[in-house]
Amino acid sequence: MGYKDLSPLVRRSIWPLLGLAVLLLANVLIAPEFFSVEIKDGRLYGSLIDVMNRAAPVALLAIGMTLVIATGGIDLSVGSVMAIAGAVSAGLIVSGVDNIALVVGGGLLAGVAAGFVNGFLVGYFGIQPIVATLILMVAGRGIAQLINSGQIVTFHHDAFEFLGVGYFFGLPFPIVLVVIAFVLVQLLMRRTALGMFVEGVGANASASHHIGINDKLIKLMVYCVSGLCAALAGMIAAADIGGSDANNAGLWLELDAILAVVIGGASLMGGRFSVFLSIIGALIIQTLTITIILSGVPPKFNLLIKAAAIVIILLLQSPEFHRQVARLKKKRGPKHAS
Amino acid sequence: MNKKLIGLAFASLLGASQVASALTVGFSQVGSESGWRTTFSESVKAEAEKRGIDLKFSDAQQKQENQIKAVRSFIAQGVDAIVIAPVVETGWRPVLMEARRARIPVVIVDRNVAVEDGRLYVTRIAPDFTDEGRKAANWLMGATDGDCDIVELQGTVGSSAAIGRMEGFNEVIGEHPEAKIIRSQTAEFTRAKGKEVMESILKAEGGGKQVCALWSHNDEMALGAIQAIKEAGLKPGEDILVVSVDAVDDMFPALAAGEVNATIEMSPHMGGPAFDVIESYLDGKRDFEKWMVMDGRIFTQENYQAEYEVRKSN
Repeated sequence: MGYKDLSPLVRRSIWPLLGLAVLLLANVLIAPEFFSVEIKDGRLYGSLIDVMNRAAPVALLAIGMTLVIATGGIDLSVGSVMAIAGAVSAGLIVSGVDNIALVVGGGLLAGVAAGFVNGFLVGYFGIQPIVATLILMVAGRGIAQLINSGQIVTFHHDAFEFLGVGYFFGLPFPIVLVVIAFVLVQLLMRRTALGMFVEGVGANASASHHIGINDKLIKLMVYCVSGLCAALAGMIAAADIGGSDANNAGLWLELDAILAVVIGGASLMGGRFSVFLSIIGALIIQTLTITIILSGVPPKFNLLIKAAAIVIILLLQSPEFHRQVARLKKKRGPKHAS
Repeated sequence: MNKKLIGLAFASLLGASQVASALTVGFSQVGSESGWRTTFSESVKAEAEKRGIDLKFSDAQQKQENQIKAVRSFIAQGVDAIVIAPVVETGWRPVLMEARRARIPVVIVDRNVAVEDGRLYVTRIAPDFTDEGRKAANWLMGATDGDCDIVELQGTVGSSAAIGRMEGFNEVIGEHPEAKIIRSQTAEFTRAKGKEVMESILKAEGGGKQVCALWSHNDEMALGAIQAIKEAGLKPGEDILVVSVDAVDDMFPALAAGEVNATIEMSPHMGGPAFDVIESYLDGKRDFEKWMVMDGRIFTQENYQAEYEVRKSN
């Protein structure tokens, strides 16, 4: 059976998964103990676990970003929303709120509010998504700094810190959160008609409108989900270091999230999407980061190596690239035979 | 917002009428990107208030164009002197020429400006990054008899603080054949990256048992790395010595807990020396050193208590 006989879904999944596999194998060459996972004090401990744990914030962002991109939009504000949610939760803790539901709820509410603003601007005012969310990307970090009054706010709250450093059946809790978010979104999108509506709005918003899909509401909803995911990621980041750093929390992560979605094979023009492949995309990015740390190359080459690896992964996925390689092979083929 | 502005306007009017003869100094600050920077701004404001100086404070939000605008507006307002904490080193010549033409003395604090004509500013008051690196290395070599496998967390690649601290540190350990840096990676001066990078390095070094010390280019990364060391089941400060630079407030509880061994102070209190220079310049003094080094103290397990008390009371 040739590559062309594979179903489109398999064909789409094969390259990101292959990319991840190659990267993981490269790590074994660099650090032979890469795949070893031990149990230390009832916790799974090893580089593989680190990859998943550290990829969690970007994976969460990518889940929300996938839906936004599927509607043909983009959400540049997620990094700043992370900073806001972290600052809100930290602010609640230091002002003496002890109830974990209130602390987490406050952070999530901030995320939904941010998503609502984005979604309203895009859906109901018809502002270009890149502009609408750019507003909050810039202003959001300022809001977070305002909440923190320009300081890094440190706190100690065991229940909240569990979000970042806790373990659930031996697994770091951020991984569990990603799995929960993935399952929820997947059920919502694939067990109801919602997923089809989202793809419909992305493929052709006005056609969807004419067949009776409330395209504005769908857009509002995906930005709210994205805000919610970003808030969760922001709280994980704050809980992880026991502090809210408004300047650096989530800085540039919106770009990593978009990249994860693109590596996952989604089109930035909207339409078909796969939340699972976006998460694989996030894992690829994090594996790459950890590979660079383990390999011990001088830090000044970090970004260059990252960029080169990503270009290769994206080329591998490009149908046009496949065609050109196939054409080259054809040309060479007869010569080798003779 | 409007009420506040009106309030501010009134306050400055009142201020001006009360101390009509007082100095007016414009201060262009980089921004408020770190805890250290905020302390720096607050300290300058407090020092100005103590001396009865009317300080015009401008936050550039990490953008040089904002700083240049601020300096031009200081010139237009006819301030007595200008203090600049530059965002970047280059591009200062035109606006410094304007200040010189207006006969307003300029003092540079913290980062450097790259101008060839030394007459464009009175002096620069700043810490010596290379010396900070040397101090950290000297302490570590003393504590380990020069035999140590070191993990280095670098600051943002290409920043002058990272380059200088690395240079100074490497210069000293170069004299000790048994001391070497076994891993070096950037963690971009942030706590979250410090934790993430340290976590991976410890795994790459087989759990970190043979790592003797962590040398971090700033305290934030060190504080993150300490958490990673603890999560790997090791004791920071004992199993792995921790030495870094800045001496920010959060470092003192860590020193008290024995998780940090030494931190080199990078004093944010540059307001006092800057105003001293301005006052003596306006009194007619002209022969200033072009670089006045802010000497940082070193805080270790032996001497941190007194400073910790001072900071707690603030």
